[in-house]
Amino acid sequence: MIKAILIFNNHGKPRLSKFYEHYNEDTEQQIIRETFHLVSKRDENVCNFLEGGMLIGGSDYKLIYRHYATLYFVFCVDSSESELGILDLIQVFVETLDKCFENVCELDLIFHVDKVHNILAEMVMGGMVLETNMNEIITQVDAQNKMEKSEVSLTLFDIYS
Amino acid sequence: MALKIVKGSIDRMFDKNLQDLVRGIRNHKEDEAKYISTCIDEIKQELKQDNIAVKANAVCKLTYLQMLGYDVSWAAFNIVEVMSSSKFTYKRIGYLAASQCFHESTDVIMLTTNQIRKDLSSPNQYDTGVALTGLSCFVTPDLARDLANDIMTLMSHTKPYIRKKAVLIMYKVFLKYPESLRPAFPRLKEKLEDPDPGVQSAAVNVICELARRNPKNYLSLAPLFFKLMTSSTNNWVLIKIIKLFGALTPLEPRLGKKLIEPLTNLIHSTSAMSLLYECVNTVIAVLISLSSGMPNHSASIQLCVQKLRILIEDSDQNLKYLGLLAMSKILKTHPKSVQSHKDLILQCLDDKDESIRLRALDLLYGMVSKKNLMEIVKKLMLHVDKAEGTTYRDELLTKIIDICSQSNYQYITNFEWYISILVELTRLEGTRHGHLIASQMLDVAIRVKAIRVFAVAQMATLLDNAHLLTGNVQRKGICEVLYAAAWICGEFSEHLDNPTQTLEAMLRPKVATLPGHIQAVYVQNAAKLFATVLKSQEGNTDSTAAQETSQLMIDRLPLFVQSANLEVQERASCILQLVKYIQKLQQKDVEIAEEVIALFAGELNPVAPKAQKKVPVPEGLDLDAWINEPPSESESEDEQPRAIFAKEEPKHSRPRHTEVDEKELAKRREARKQEQANNPFYIKSSPSSQKVYQEAPGVEHIPVVQIDLSVPLKVPGLPMSDQYVKLEEERRQKDRADKKKKEKKKRKEKRSGRGKRHDSGPESEEDITPAHMVDIVTEEMPENALPSDDDDKDPNDPHKALDIDLDNLMEMAGRRPLADSEKLPVRSHRAAEVLKSPAQDGDAESAASQEPKKKSSKEKREKKKDKDRDRKKSKEDKKKKKKHKHEEKGEDLLGGQAEEPVVQSEATSEVAAPPTSTTAEVSDLDFWLSNAPVPSNTQEAATVVAAAEAAPTSEVASGTAPDSEPDEPKDTETEETKSSKHKKKKQKKEKEEKEKKKKKKHHHHHHHSDGGGEESVQNGTVEEEEPLPPMSNYCLLAENSYIKMVNDIQGNLQDGSQVVVSVIFENKCDSFLKSMEFNVLDSLNSKLQRPEGSGPHDGLTVPFQLPPGVSNEARFVFTMQSIITPQKLKGTLTFIVKNEDSSTHEKLDFKLHFTCTSYLISTPCYSDAFAKLLESGDLKCSSVKLEGVVMPFHHLLARICFRHHFSVVERIDSCASMYSRSIQDHHVCLLVKTSGQTVSIDAKCDEPTLLGNVLDEIKQTFSQC
Repeated sequence: MIKAILIFNNHGKPRLSKFYEHYNEDTEQQIIRETFHLVSKRDENVCNFLEGGMLIGGSDYKLIYRHYATLYFVFCVDSSESELGILDLIQVFVETLDKCFENVCELDLIFHVDKVHNILAEMVMGGMVLETNMNEIITQVDAQNKMEKSEVSLTLFDIYS
Repeated sequence: MALKIVKGSIDRMFDKNLQDLVRGIRNHKEDEAKYISTCIDEIKQELKQDNIAVKANAVCKLTYLQMLGYDVSWAAFNIVEVMSSSKFTYKRIGYLAASQCFHESTDVIMLTTNQIRKDLSSPNQYDTGVALTGLSCFVTPDLARDLANDIMTLMSHTKPYIRKKAVLIMYKVFLKYPESLRPAFPRLKEKLEDPDPGVQSAAVNVICELARRNPKNYLSLAPLFFKLMTSSTNNWVLIKIIKLFGALTPLEPRLGKKLIEPLTNLIHSTSAMSLLYECVNTVIAVLISLSSGMPNHSASIQLCVQKLRILIEDSDQNLKYLGLLAMSKILKTHPKSVQSHKDLILQCLDDKDESIRLRALDLLYGMVSKKNLMEIVKKLMLHVDKAEGTTYRDELLTKIIDICSQSNYQYITNFEWYISILVELTRLEGTRHGHLIASQMLDVAIRVKAIRVFAVAQMATLLDNAHLLTGNVQRKGICEVLYAAAWICGEFSEHLDNPTQTLEAMLRPKVATLPGHIQAVYVQNAAKLFATVLKSQEGNTDSTAAQETSQLMIDRLPLFVQSANLEVQERASCILQLVKYIQKLQQKDVEIAEEVIALFAGELNPVAPKAQKKVPVPEGLDLDAWINEPPSESESEDEQPRAIFAKEEPKHSRPRHTEVDEKELAKRREARKQEQANNPFYIKSSPSSQKVYQEAPGVEHIPVVQIDLSVPLKVPGLPMSDQYVKLEEERRQKDRADKKKKEKKKRKEKRSGRGKRHDSGPESEEDITPAHMVDIVTEEMPENALPSDDDDKDPNDPHKALDIDLDNLMEMAGRRPLADSEKLPVRSHRAAEVLKSPAQDGDAESAASQEPKKKSSKEKREKKKDKDRDRKKSKEDKKKKKKHKHEEKGEDLLGGQAEEPVVQSEATSEVAAPPTSTTAEVSDLDFWLSNAPVPSNTQEAATVVAAAEAAPTSEVASGTAPDSEPDEPKDTETEETKSSKHKKKKQKKEKEEKEKKKKKKHHHHHHHSDGGGEESVQNGTVEEEEPLPPMSNYCLLAENSYIKMVNDIQGNLQDGSQVVVSVIFENKCDSFLKSMEFNVLDSLNSKLQRPEGSGPHDGLTVPFQLPPGVSNEARFVFTMQSIITPQKLKGTLTFIVKNEDSSTHEKLDFKLHFTCTSYLISTPCYSDAFAKLLESGDLKCSSVKLEGVVMPFHHLLARICFRHHFSVVERIDSCASMYSRSIQDHHVCLLVKTSGQTVSIDAKCDEPTLLGNVLDEIKQTFSQC
C-alpha cells in the first residue's frame, strides 16, 4: 500500500500532497516538513530509499523518492510494494505529467495542482496502484478533459442563449 | 431567471480562480497569512451563492488551501453540494475536495450515500470513475455497508476502466466492512482471470493485500496464482504474485518446492531488476521455509547470493541497498553462504550513503563468529571514531553491543576485552545510549563471575575519572554508566584493590550534580564499600584507620541528606545514622565489621525480564474479583516509579541479612540449581560451549586458564581494547599448540574430559576456547512459570477482522453456503420479485446453477470417486507407513495434511450437496501440490495420473497380484486389516456406500437422471410449479458388446482454453476389462492433454479396470484454441478382455462431439448488469423461432438452462432473459418469449459465429423432443 504521495520543491514548499490515510492538517504539514528534512539533506548520488520517518509509517514503511530539477517526488510505501517498482512508477508519473503539460516544470504544478491530482487519480487509487501503462493513463485523462471542455462550451451556450 | 444566470456568470468573471489565488499568494510573500484569510472570506461569500460554477471554483481553491495546511472542514457541506452537480467538471472538483479532506468523522458523509450510489450507476463511465476514486479515500463503515452491493455489481461492468476501479476499491470496502469479504470473494477471484490486464492486475493487487495480512486463508489460491505467474508477462502483476508467494511459502513448504524452479528460471531470464530482486527475495523465503526440512538447495542459495553480490557491487546505490537488504534475509538461515562475502559488506560500511551503511551493519550482526568478532568490532570502533552525526554513531554503538551480546555472549571469548570495549564506548560524545552500556556492564559483571575482578578494577577507574564523563553537559546520556560503575564497585567490593580510594571517589561533592537515581546508587553502594573497608581495616591493629573511614562517611553524607531527591535523601539519612552508630561502637573498640558486612551479604541473581509475567496465578485466585466491596470513590493509585534497571533487581526481596549459616545457604543453592535443571521453563543458555561450564558442578574448581600476559592487566587510566586483539591471537596460538601436544600425549583422556564441549560448537569454532572460565549465570524465572507467546497482535489492526476462512467458501460452495447474515445489504425499495436477488451472493448462486444439471449424475459419480480416493489413500497410507520408520516427522505431518481434505469431502458428500465441479477441482490444493506430472490444475486429471502412478507400486506393496483383483471389497478388506484404527471407520463408511451403490446398479441406465426433478432451475424461479422431467447431459459416445461409453463435456472456467470431458465406462460383458487406453486424433484446434513426456499420438491409460457389470468414470482434459465453432474428434478406446482362460484385445471407435454449448458456463448475472450489457452496444444480434413446442414454459427454460448452460436473469410471465458466458468470456444473452406453441429466442453475443452455433444447438434440442 502507498500511504502518501508528496511533491515539494527544493525549499520544502508543498506542490501536491495526497494522503491515503487520514491525518489532520497540522500533522500533514509536519509530515511534509519532516519528509523534506530527511530527503533534502541527502546527496544526489545516494540510494532513493529512506527508512525512519517518525511521523508517518513506522518500521514497515519506507520513503521512496526521486529528485527532478527543483522537485522532490516522495512516495511513502509499506513492504508490500516493490521498491524498484515504485521508483518506476514515479518515473511513469513524471513522464505522464511531462506529456500532459508538454515539458512540465514546477510552475505547471504550482498553478494546476488540480490537474496533477486528476492524473494521479488514474495511477493510484486509495493507496493502491491502479494503472502503470502511460498510454492508458493519458487516454483516460484526455477523455475526461475533453468531456470537461464540451461541458464548458455547453455552459457558455446556456448562458448566452 | 436567465438574467440571474448571466449576472452570476459575470460575477464569476471577477472572481479569483485557482490560478489567481496561487498568483496572489506568491505576490504576498510577506503577509501570506493575512492574504489567505481575506481569500477565505471571499470564498465564504462565493459559497453562499446559488451558482454551482461559483461554488465549484470556491471549493477548488479550498482544496489548494487545504494542501497548505488550512482546515477547510467547515466547507464540507458545500463540497457535498458540488459533488452532486450533474456536470462532470464540477463533480470532479467536488470529489477531489472530498477525497482530500473527508474522513470518518466528517458527519456530512452520511448525506453522500445516495449521491454516490447514483454516480456509481451513472451511464457515463467517468462519473462512476470519479466517484470510485473519491470513495476510495473517504469510505466509512457505513458507506461500505451501503454501497458494497453496488460496487460488487460494478466489478462485472462491461468497461474495464470501471471494473478495475471497482475491484481495487473492494479492498477498502473489506477493511471497513469485513462482512462483505465472503460474499464478494468469488467474484474477486473470478477477476483474477479477467481478459483486461488492468483488471487482472487490480484483482491481484487486492488479493495480495488481503493475503499479506492473513496468508493462510489464501493458500488455496496458490494454483491459480501459480498459473498466472507462469503465464503473465506484466511485471507489475508478476512482482505482486511473487511477493504473495513469499508470504505463502512459510505456511506450506510443498508450495516452495514447486516454486523454486519457475522462480529460478525467471531469475535467469528476466532483464527487469525489480522482478529479479523480488524473485530472489521469494526464493530466499522459500529456502527459509524449506531449511528445516531439506537442506538440499545449496544451488539455489548460491544463485541468490551470487545475484545479490552483483546487485551490491553495482554502482547504482539503489541496487546496492536492496542487495544488502535481501542478503540479511539469507543470513538468518544460511549464514555461511553470506559470510563468504564479508569483504564486500565491510566495504559497504565505508559507503558515503547512510542507508547503505545501516544495512551493512545489520548484516554484520549475523556474520560474527568467535574467530572474527574482535576484528569486526575493532573495525566498527574505528567507524565510531570517524562517524559524523550522532544518529549513525548511536546506531553503531547499539550494533556493537548487539553483536557482542547476541545469543548470550556466544561469540565472546575474552570478556576483559569486552569490558574494555564498553569502557571505551563511554568516551563517545553525546550518545543517547549511556543506559545501554550501563546495562551491559551490569549484565556482564553479574553473570560472568570470572570477570568481576577485572570489571571492578575498571569501574573503579571510571569512578575515579567520573569528572571526565560528567564534565560536559552534552554528555548527559553517558553518565548513566556511573550508575553501573557504582553498583559494581559496591556489590563486588571484595575485589577492589583500593576500596578506600574508591569510597572517597564516590563521596565527592561533585557527585551531587548527577541525576538523582545515580546518586541513590552511589549512596547505597558507598555503604557497601564502607562495610568492606571496615572489614579490611579492622583486621589491622591500627583502629584509627577504621575510625577515619567512618569519619569520612559522616563528613560527606550530609551533602546527600540535603538532596532534593527523595530516594537519595532517605538512603543517605539512614546510612548516616548507621555510620554514626558504628562510630560510637568503634569508639568503644567493638569489632563491628562482621555485622556490618552481614547487612549486605547474599548474592543477587539476575531475574529474567519476563519472570514477573510468568508467575502462574494460583488456583482459585481471581485477580479481577474485588477483595473488599468496591470503594465508592476511585482512589488514586500511586504507581511506584519503575527502576530503570528493573531487570537486575530481584522481584521478591531477598533477605539480605542472613542468619542462616553458610551450609544452609549452600544447601538451598544446590536445591535451587537442581530445580532449575529440571524445570523446563527455566531459560537455559544456548547449547554453546558455555552450557558445559554451567552444568559442570562446582565451577570454582575448574582451573582457570592462566593468561600469560606481557602487559599487566590493570591498565592505569582507561583500558585499550586493541591490545586484546593481539593478545587473543597469541593466546589462541598457544592454545592450539597446547592442544596438539595434549592430543599427542593422551587422546583418550581428552575425549572423555572435553568431548562434550566439542560436540556443541561448529568445527571452526571449537578450537577457540574462551580465555575465562565464563560462568554465565542464567536469569531466574519463577517456579512453575508458564510458557506463553507474547507476540500478541495489535487488537486495533483493521486486518484482524478480515481473517475470514475463505476456503470453505470456495471449495465447498454447496456445503457451507453463505448465511443470511452474510448477504450484502441491498436497497430495499427495489421490487423484490422482479429482481432475482443479486444479493444472493455469487457463489451460492453459481453453486445452485450448476447443481441441477449435475447433481443427479454427480451423486453417484461422487461416491465412486470417493471410493477411488479411499482406495488410493489406503494404499498410500500403507506406503507411508513403510516409510515412517525411516523418515522425519515432518514427512508424516505432510502426509496427515494431505489426507485431511479427502476425509472431509467424504464425510460431507453424504450429507450435503456435492461441491461444484470447477471450484472444487481447482481449489484442491493438496492435489495440486502433490507433484502431479500433468500441468493442469484440474483435480480430476491430477487424480487420474496420481492414481495411475500409485496403482502399480501399491499393488506390489500390498502383495496382491495385479490381475487377481476379483472384486473390490475383498481387496479393501485385506488392506483394512493392515490399516490403522481411524481408517477402519472410513472403510466402514465406504462399505456402506458400496452397498448403496450395488443397489443402484440395477437401474444403472437411469442413474444419472435420479433427483434431477427435485432441483429448481435458477434462483428459485420455477420452484412452485410442477416438477421437471428428469434430464441428463450424458450422451452416448460409443457402444459395443463389451463396453458402453457415455460422456459429458464441461468448460473450465479457470482456463479459457480447457475443456474437461467426463466419460463413464460401463462394462457390459461377463469378463474383466483391463488395460484400457483412451486416445483421440488431435486436430489443429483441439488437443488432448497428455502427461509430460508422452508423444502427441500416445493414448492415455484409463486409471482403473472394470470388473463385470461395473462402471466408472474418468476425465480427460482437452485444450482448445478457438471455441466459436463446434468440433468433432475421432478417437479409439483399446482394451483387453480377460476371461478365465483367455484374453483378447478389443477396440472401440468413437467420435467426440464438442458442441458450442459445452464451452458455455452458466454464470449468474444481475439484472442491472445484464441491462448494461445489452445497452453497451458491443453485442451482435440474432434470433431464432421454434415452432410446435409443447411444454410448459418453465420446462423450456429449465431445458435451456440445463442443456445449454444458461442461467435465468429475470422472468416475467411468458418472457425470460437468460445469460451465459463462454470459457473465453463471450457474453451470450437470450430473450425467450413464448406464445402458444411458438417460442422466439432473440439472442445477443459479442461473437456472432458462436451465437449462431449455440442457437442451432438450442433449436436441435427442441426439435428432438
